[in-house]
Amino acid sequence: MSNREKQRVVVSMSGGVDSSVATALLTDRGYEVVGVSMQLPDYYSGEHKELGSYSFSDNISHARAVADKLNIPFYVVNLEDEFEKKVVNYFVSGYMKGKTPNPCVMCNQKLKFGVILAKALELRADYLATGHHARIAWDDSRRRYLLLKGVDPNKDQSYFLFTLRQEELRRLIFPIGDLVKNDVRKIAGDLGLGVADRKESQEICFVPDNDYRRFIAERIGTDRCKSGNIVNSEGEILGRHNGIYKFTIGQRKGLGIPASHPYYVLGFDLEKNNVVIGRDEDLLSEGLIAEDINWILSPGSKSEITVSFKVRYRSKEAKATIRPQDDGNVLLAFHTPQRAITPGQAVVFYDGDVVIGGGWIRESI
Amino acid sequence: MKKIYMDYNATTPLHPDVLDAMLPFLRGNFGNPSSIHWAGRDVKKYIEASREKVANLLNGDPSEIVFTGGGSESDNLAIKGAAFALREKGNHIITTQVEHPAVLNTCEYMEELGYEVTYLPVDHEGMIDLDELRASITNRTILLSIMYGNNETGTIFPIEEIGRIASDRGILFHTDAVQAVGKTSMDVKTLNIDLLSLSGHKLYGPKGVGSLYVKKGTRLTPLIHGGHQEGGKRAGTENTPGIVGLGKACEIANGDMEFQSGYLTKLRERLHEGIMEKLDHVVLNGHPEKRLPNTLNLSFKFVEGEALLIHLDLEGIAVSTGSACSSGSMAPSPVLTAMGIPPEVAQGSIRFTLGRDNTEEDIQHTVDVLPNIVSKLRSMSPTYPGKRNELG
Repeated sequence: MSNREKQRVVVSMSGGVDSSVATALLTDRGYEVVGVSMQLPDYYSGEHKELGSYSFSDNISHARAVADKLNIPFYVVNLEDEFEKKVVNYFVSGYMKGKTPNPCVMCNQKLKFGVILAKALELRADYLATGHHARIAWDDSRRRYLLLKGVDPNKDQSYFLFTLRQEELRRLIFPIGDLVKNDVRKIAGDLGLGVADRKESQEICFVPDNDYRRFIAERIGTDRCKSGNIVNSEGEILGRHNGIYKFTIGQRKGLGIPASHPYYVLGFDLEKNNVVIGRDEDLLSEGLIAEDINWILSPGSKSEITVSFKVRYRSKEAKATIRPQDDGNVLLAFHTPQRAITPGQAVVFYDGDVVIGGGWIRESI
Repeated sequence: MKKIYMDYNATTPLHPDVLDAMLPFLRGNFGNPSSIHWAGRDVKKYIEASREKVANLLNGDPSEIVFTGGGSESDNLAIKGAAFALREKGNHIITTQVEHPAVLNTCEYMEELGYEVTYLPVDHEGMIDLDELRASITNRTILLSIMYGNNETGTIFPIEEIGRIASDRGILFHTDAVQAVGKTSMDVKTLNIDLLSLSGHKLYGPKGVGSLYVKKGTRLTPLIHGGHQEGGKRAGTENTPGIVGLGKACEIANGDMEFQSGYLTKLRERLHEGIMEKLDHVVLNGHPEKRLPNTLNLSFKFVEGEALLIHLDLEGIAVSTGSACSSGSMAPSPVLTAMGIPPEVAQGSIRFTLGRDNTEEDIQHTVDVLPNIVSKLRSMSPTYPGKRNELG
């Protein structure tokens, strides 16, 4: 058994074009490639069957077809329970607490780079590969692995990967991180993988119709959707709401309060179960506090450093100064005020293409 | 890489002689056996010859053999067909907790239709208690559906005693013998069996064909209505190549079952001993003696069966965890759970099922490769007590 000439790579296959091409590239590079797909609960049954672009079982069939085409072994790993516990419950409870959770980061951290990586090592793989648009590089002077943005600026997924630690990075390969999406599709087409024209996965893969409010309401039951007041910053009652999970900071629609200027959700008073609203300019903040920080490139001493940062996957990068706090948290002082900072989302720090680290937004300041 | 197949309870390769018997019916011999003309007659006689071959294997009469689309259909026809026909007489069915899903899920469906079903428990060796069976019979009981040999553990139920109990009480006895036919000899007459399911692809025949033995005089409501084929019990133009293949497979089994049974028992014991010599914390699931000759179900404690299966697969060795139908689900095998095997032990179970193409070299190779994998997996397990016990 120990006389394996080839290095073994387990690749996490979603059935999409990215991980399919990643798999093909690895077989080309002479690895012994083993494909795995995660079996997740079926959220596409019943009345929502037609709503989603793909069901998970659909995705597994596509992944299996690609594995067959590439003539590699393929296994399905049942992660239904883990997905429920670590991703969906986190997502639902986040909204119930007035936060804006990020299930993709959580799924990467707990499932792909948690359970699947452990499975890969158990299978005595040398590496785990995924179809993420990101790159990993070894920095010899710092003796550390670096996480870099994918070369396609529109597809870069490094934001979702900020939780990666050194012991994970050394085991990971992102084969398509140095390709732009068009090239990925072209390779898929040239190889006849049958996935070149598959649509992009939707925003939240387990909410087929993208209506996360419906999804949460169905999961918690209407009796737990406590109604409450909509108030302004002074506490003046302006209206009623029927569940704070229906609101996110910066939201304008669905407030149902007539006014000459539009109102926006500013935040929540969880004790009173109130939604706090105000004007657009009230959404601006000067900085934020982030917790559960993961440093990929440690700032070393506590001195301030200037970084680019993103507070949402699709937000534009902006500049800020990082001030590490004694408790391990980070204060991020924006160079220009930022709109609608949402607790629960990830904030990721960059230096050019290099991911310095990231954390979870606790509050805006 | 050497490929070794040890999953014969999942399915078997086609015997070359079976293929030869089938080929004429995939090429020239195409007639519809119901036709009166030469083309039909040419085929009809082979169907009837097959019926006789199947009957011979069971010591039944050819008129008692109904060809079906496989083992699952046979089970469905037996349970639904008998229960529908006897609806006025009673509504109670007795089965066991360790049946194949083709029986279990059919029984659950019967419950939805208003029938009552008793699922007999089993002990830690997978055996039912005959007194418990006797005690669960009521004057509403119309059918016992109790398998011959278990697909996961190989445990063989006391069919003769069950048959006697059923005939004494005037209750129909169906046995799902899909795993047992061809591996152990059986006589439906001395065993008092009324209905018996078998499947082609479990005994080196083709997939998609099976048969149900239906004792003369047994009332059965058909599932598939249509033409008069199969004595009105199963409509549809016959699957001629499949039926001919099934007949040939039964004929071959009839000829060398004793030899095969001895050969497989010897290989299986060698595999078992080879593994036990090299590894601790391995337990046998199933009855130590009353077991199908080819089946060895072992739990490797502190190892996940699924991980072990994948490792063996990557080494070219095909085995299974639980039954193949439930792959992709993480829940421990319902059969092992019913036997009271704790979940952490059930999770580590691997089923080796041998067949006529396995050789002593296959066994030796497996014994060489497997302990290594198990030890490595255990060294990664947080619950493994460690080297001390491994040596002791």
